Amino acid sequence: MKKYISFFKMRFYAGLQYRQATLGAIIVQLPWGLLECLAFHTFQKVNPQAFPMEFSAVAAYIWLKQAFFVLFSVWGNVDQDVFDMILKGDVAYELCRPVSIYKMWFARISAIRLAGAALRFLPVLAAASLLPKPLRFLPPQNIFVFFIFVVTMLLGVGVTVAFCMLVYITAFYTISPQGIRLFLMSVVEFLSGSIVPIPFMPDTVKNIVEWLPFAGMMNVPFRVYSGDLIGMEMYKAMGLQIFWLFVMAAAGMVLCNKAERRMTIQGG
Amino acid sequence: MLYFHYIKVIIQSAMEYKASFLLGAIGQVLVSLNGLLGIYFIFARFHIIQGYTLNEALLCYGMMLLGFSIAQCVARGFESFSQLIKSGGYDRIMVRPRSPILQVLGSKFETNRILRILLALGMFFYGAAHCQIYWTADKIATALFMIVGITILFMGLILLGASLCFFTIEDSGILNILIHGGNEHGKYPIDIYGKSMLKFCTYVIPFALVQYYPLQYLLNRTSRWEYGLFPLGAIVFLFICYGVWRFGMRHYQSAGS
Repeated sequence: MKKYISFFKMRFYAGLQYRQATLGAIIVQLPWGLLECLAFHTFQKVNPQAFPMEFSAVAAYIWLKQAFFVLFSVWGNVDQDVFDMILKGDVAYELCRPVSIYKMWFARISAIRLAGAALRFLPVLAAASLLPKPLRFLPPQNIFVFFIFVVTMLLGVGVTVAFCMLVYITAFYTISPQGIRLFLMSVVEFLSGSIVPIPFMPDTVKNIVEWLPFAGMMNVPFRVYSGDLIGMEMYKAMGLQIFWLFVMAAAGMVLCNKAERRMTIQGG
Repeated sequence: MLYFHYIKVIIQSAMEYKASFLLGAIGQVLVSLNGLLGIYFIFARFHIIQGYTLNEALLCYGMMLLGFSIAQCVARGFESFSQLIKSGGYDRIMVRPRSPILQVLGSKFETNRILRILLALGMFFYGAAHCQIYWTADKIATALFMIVGITILFMGLILLGASLCFFTIEDSGILNILIHGGNEHGKYPIDIYGKSMLKFCTYVIPFALVQYYPLQYLLNRTSRWEYGLFPLGAIVFLFICYGVWRFGMRHYQSAGS
């Protein structure tokens, strides 16, 4: 376990070097978040009965999404180097190390994401807290909500990384994995509630999507934060997060072990 | 004519890698499909937003995506202009006896936007057929002006971003937000974002000139036919951007090696 923690630390500190990204984050994330908030504000105004959440909860959802987008990004440019390792053949070096590839990469990907988020989230949320009233990013209702938010957030990152690992592992089995990857990533982006929050989807779609692992990515923590997801529903969602995390991690480990046994190294 | 020769060569070379061309094209379409599905779900819940129906929003998004994709396809060389400056490639262009703009335009042509252009056309025609618009000559002209205006506006923004590279060398993110944000959020008619955003998009970045105002005439929400001519304002914007480009070029100090 210790060696994986040091892998984590190494990548985390390396990730913290890119401080310029902080400025970029404010410039890019703020206007985007603002436009999205304004659009939802209009949706609420034209048809308040059809609006499934409190507006402040939607605003919190949008701002958290902007602040922590690195954590939950499934598009994979975040962990491009792991993917490149498989494609370019550098994975041969990784095999020489006396560690489990799956756990090492899990630690590595989580570290890169957390470091990226650590640099970006504060300025975005601070700026969003200064906006005028309906669009403002509000603090959580109490310390308990905040605590659950942090727990579900960590679980959500785990689910996201476990899923991305599964996709990266497909690269072991097919030489040109771009097609599957593009398809999976764009479907998951939608199902995780990144384009339209899950409560806004039509009921039939929503009832299915809520059971899928992708609902446990950003959907759960962001809605816990604003108090939109509470009580039994919240515990059910947390249980699903833990369930999917274990299922996907176990599947990933099995597939990874199998791939390690007979691997063709691409490139040189 | 030199330009078409450039384009022919680029398309030929892209077709040598058919699989990667196809995957790239499909990827572009998937991203836009997500946006489309998002609009569909939002309208399924709220039915009519600010007076617009789903079909009207599709018409609007189709035109926006069409103009954006054409602009990206053609002006790709300017979008990645910072690379050209950093590598010193622009110095080579300057010593050739042809217009630099022509050469930069001809340096790249994004073939994998083609499927997305088809998707955008599909949305446009679907919206056009289902919007209860009586397609008289002036309506057709308005729609054409809009598509041309949107294309020119995005080209102007891309050119403006490239001009800034003369000074900053690095890519500046600000224009990227305007370009991609314009496409991403321009899928809804601009008045959905409120009055102040409409003012901003009328006087600062003229998105409303090519989208909101002519759309009002197209959808019979106003009888002021002159709104249909507003997209021509994008040409003025393009000239301003061209001025900035000329200014930047005069101040260009080589960066590559």
